[in-house]
Amino acid sequence: MPVAIHVHDLKLMLLFGGVLCLLIILTVIGDILKRDHHYNVSRSTIDNFNAQITAWWKMCVVFVLDLLLGPGGSLPVFALLSFLALREYMTLVPTRRGDHRTLFWSFFVIMPLQYYLVGVQRYTFFAIMIPVLAYIFIPSSIAIAGDTAHFLERAAKIQFGLMVCGYCLSHAPALLLMKIPGFEGHDARLLLYLGIVDQMNDLLEYVWGKLIGRHKIAWRVSPDKTWEGFLGGLVSATALGTLLWWATPFTPLQSAGMSFTICILGFAGGLVMSATKRDIGIKDFGAIIERRGGILDRIDSLCFAAPIFFHLVRYYFVP
Amino acid sequence: MSEGIHPIASLLAAVARGITGVQVQWAGCEPDERQRIYFANHTSHLDFVVLWSALPSEIRAYTRPIAAKDYWSETPLRHYLVENVFNAVLVERGAMPKAKSHEDAKFVSRSLIEDMAAALGDRNSLILFPEGTRGNGEKVGEFRGGLYHLALRRPDVQLVPAYMENMNRILPKGEYLPVPMLSLLTFGKPIQLEPGEDKDAFLERAREAVSSLRRIGPA
Repeated sequence: MPVAIHVHDLKLMLLFGGVLCLLIILTVIGDILKRDHHYNVSRSTIDNFNAQITAWWKMCVVFVLDLLLGPGGSLPVFALLSFLALREYMTLVPTRRGDHRTLFWSFFVIMPLQYYLVGVQRYTFFAIMIPVLAYIFIPSSIAIAGDTAHFLERAAKIQFGLMVCGYCLSHAPALLLMKIPGFEGHDARLLLYLGIVDQMNDLLEYVWGKLIGRHKIAWRVSPDKTWEGFLGGLVSATALGTLLWWATPFTPLQSAGMSFTICILGFAGGLVMSATKRDIGIKDFGAIIERRGGILDRIDSLCFAAPIFFHLVRYYFVP
Repeated sequence: MSEGIHPIASLLAAVARGITGVQVQWAGCEPDERQRIYFANHTSHLDFVVLWSALPSEIRAYTRPIAAKDYWSETPLRHYLVENVFNAVLVERGAMPKAKSHEDAKFVSRSLIEDMAAALGDRNSLILFPEGTRGNGEKVGEFRGGLYHLALRRPDVQLVPAYMENMNRILPKGEYLPVPMLSLLTFGKPIQLEPGEDKDAFLERAREAVSSLRRIGPA
């Protein structure tokens, strides 16, 4: 049933068709770069590029799954993503023996509960689940375990992981359950819009940075981030988002504002996760865990953009 | 005796792999059907199942764990699991001195080595945790003497070191519910008992072979 609705949603198909076309073009470019050694591009840059494209194909699969399963079905998909991201994070963040039960609760009770609350649309409850209830629960639970060494640090680390991987990310599927007057049944477009602007900002920031990047923003945190890249990405991704206004309930001006916000937050998300990685002492979340890792690296910007985008839409467009 | 794998064993292996998301790396050797003793660091009840599940299934059918009789015979469930499901070799841990001195070494229980050697037979491989008990994951503890005596007795059997990372965080000693962190399992280069090598030197070298496979620094 939901599939039929989406197929008749011409704008959604257009938007998604555009994404697929772009991805096919990028895949071909990546393939040419990989085979041909005449171009003056380093091996690792090409591998990076291709890994990113593979990740985008996977995101498309996730999105199609969402469409096929309907809003109710997309929750488990995102819950799984959250679960895997949290797993990655907790694997690399040092915890102690006394955190064991707290971690068990985080994975198997708090996280599923968060997604359940999103699913049943208990807005007030899902909005406070992790920032209030889990926030209090976690230090209490660690305290009961009785180990006081690095107590504050440990509590904060678990809280942060739950907030980013669980709470923040859960706002992405929550978009699918919003009731915007005159936009019913088209919520998938909002999710896609968020994904496109956010990911294109990542890409364009990278491209601008490579092309004309000179002035580093926070070289200690991330040597790749430059003012030129940041501003170039911000302007071009905001422009792209503005041009996609027809797929959203926004006017072009509103769409520009939304895209601008998504870009800024995406940038902040990437930066914060880079700082987190430096703190733990690894470059990529996926580096140590190789094949099974890397999810957090891909969704870091989305984690920051999703909740704010959700609240902006909810505040201004849902009566 | 080792024909076929108990279905519950396969199920538990699949569950353990799922929970631990274990990534296996054969760094010093390849999977092989020849007789081997896999020896690894020990921090969790999941260690054996995960190590066992990392082996290709045709090898798995002939690979048996060494388990402490005192612990694994305590309840009927434990006993059923090790004896029937995993076809473990139960040994008396108490009779195995910690090999602190040459004096101790003399008292290594004959029957313990007998049992392990018999379990090897001419076809089987063994999984052994020479620390003899579960550690806290920070440091590989001192090895007990069994590995040395087995090596002495069966020079034809390959000794393969392995290191398991993060297992103590997934299911530490004293906990019953696992936390699904990711883990790593690395198989190293086989070692041998050198001619004339004394017991303590060999055990220390074996311990070093295991701990050198560690890939993530201590927390």
